[in-house]
Amino acid sequence: MDEKDHEILHLLEENGRLPLRELATSLALPEDEVEERIRAMEESRIIRKFTAVVDWERAGNSRVSAIIDLKIAPERDFGYDKIAERLARFRQVKALYLVSGVYDLQLLATGQDMNEVSRFVSEQIAPMDHIRETATHIIMKIYKENGNPFFEREGGERLPITF
Amino acid sequence: MREYGSARARAIPPSGIRRFFDLLLTMEDVISLGVGEPDFETPWNVAEAGIYAIEQGHTSYTSNKGLLSLRQAVARDLSMRYGISYDPEEEIVITSGVSEAADIAIRALVDPGDEVLVAEPSYVSYSPCVTLAGGRPVPVSCHEKDEFRLTPEGLMEKVTRKSRVLVMNFPNNPTGGIMGTDEINAIAEVVVDHDLLVISDEVYSELTYEGTHVAVASHPELWDRTITMNGFSKAYAMTGWRIGYLCAPKQISELALKIHQYVMLCAPIMGQMAAIEALRNGEEEKNAMVREYRHRRNFFVEGLNRIGLTCHLPRGAFYAFPSVASTGLSDLEFAERLLTEKQVAVVPGSVFGETGRDHLRCAYAVSREDLGTALKRMEEFLSGLSRE
Ligand SMILES: Cc1ncc(COP(=O)(O)O)c(C=O)c1O
Repeated sequence: MDEKDHEILHLLEENGRLPLRELATSLALPEDEVEERIRAMEESRIIRKFTAVVDWERAGNSRVSAIIDLKIAPERDFGYDKIAERLARFRQVKALYLVSGVYDLQLLATGQDMNEVSRFVSEQIAPMDHIRETATHIIMKIYKENGNPFFEREGGERLPITF
Repeated sequence: MREYGSARARAIPPSGIRRFFDLLLTMEDVISLGVGEPDFETPWNVAEAGIYAIEQGHTSYTSNKGLLSLRQAVARDLSMRYGISYDPEEEIVITSGVSEAADIAIRALVDPGDEVLVAEPSYVSYSPCVTLAGGRPVPVSCHEKDEFRLTPEGLMEKVTRKSRVLVMNFPNNPTGGIMGTDEINAIAEVVVDHDLLVISDEVYSELTYEGTHVAVASHPELWDRTITMNGFSKAYAMTGWRIGYLCAPKQISELALKIHQYVMLCAPIMGQMAAIEALRNGEEEKNAMVREYRHRRNFFVEGLNRIGLTCHLPRGAFYAFPSVASTGLSDLEFAERLLTEKQVAVVPGSVFGETGRDHLRCAYAVSREDLGTALKRMEEFLSGLSRE
């Protein structure tokens, strides 16, 4: 990893579909070198995935998401890892973090509707061993996701020519 | 008809491209590479500090010099980045942008009849300010073969017994040229030999893409004869806030302060408070903008050279300055036809002085997408030309 790799990551994080040629000229590197660097970073899983940030509400799909805080009784020898890995395997869990504070784990779960999310919490999560307490926060509106604002704004206008 | 107005105001030539400008305003679907300001918005933490200042009732004048805490922050910043030190109590004046700083700096140093050497191609405001101060602007040419640096030979050609001041701006608008330590050393000798004072506009200092900026005043023999000007407009995308500053040894900064106190009183307080936040917590956002400008520069300059408009690599600011000499059109003709035929606006280089002739100033402070489209349209324009 060097400065150029970091720059590639910055550019791809902003736009994962930036054409290789443009990426190469922007960084003043040969195309095949950029390609090789990306490949190496994918291989070492620095780049986890190329994906899209979707506004599902606009797509007419009213999915329901919830942030769920969990208190965990850690296991001897494993701490939180084992239970966390079990939680992470549920299809509904989109993100999962170990956090400081009152709760131990925080997860983001998504379902087709409210019913699915509440059943997921009450039937799958809450009864699991080592889970002592849950607090579920239904997400009511998304303002920003993955660094992308989901609301429109006009912004200012510049004069067409200034010296 | 009787001519009203002062001889000095009348002596300032009208803008040479008013017709071009009027034309631009009537057109649609124009991609403008003519904008001399960042396309980014002010970083939100900085804007928020300005809003908070207003909410808290900070709507008054400040001391003429500007808020002491801002001057202290500026002093720390200049010393840390460029190794130049100024006393925040006595040697720094916060101004309404570098625009005001340039005016008061020139008026503080120039007497009627004095010659003021202006390194050209040059930002458009210095020469009119010199004229208004009763001085005589004398252009000093910087050439493409020197990557638009100011050279001692160029200076020697124009320096006379009447020369008092040298005005220079690196990284440069419109060429993107910069001056490194060696180049500053080289001109320092001429400056000292002829007892010139230097007004150095370093507003693009943080937009330096290879290595770091070298401040003119960092030369040990130049510090006490230099006015350093800088500001927040470009590095922090704060053009609308109108905050800049001027630094000079006490004897000089006091003169500038006298003028500032009568013409401006002080720079806007909410802007000053936002500027403090920019220096405290603006580094990361600034670096991200600089990185983006560098990428766009590489992409755009490569494109210009590929389509046949030869362009040196601009190492600072956000302008590319390609030559149109090979097309057989003058810079004005080229710019006008490119606008009417392909809806791309650029600024003819001669606007920035005689040495800018046959060049175009293209600001790459626009989105990559627009840069790509502009390049495509310019390429079409050029291939149309070659068929004529
Ligand atoms: C070289 C140069 N100096 C000064 C300015 C004006 O800066 P400010 O907004 O600080 O007045 C500009 C703006 O385009 C510029 O290019």
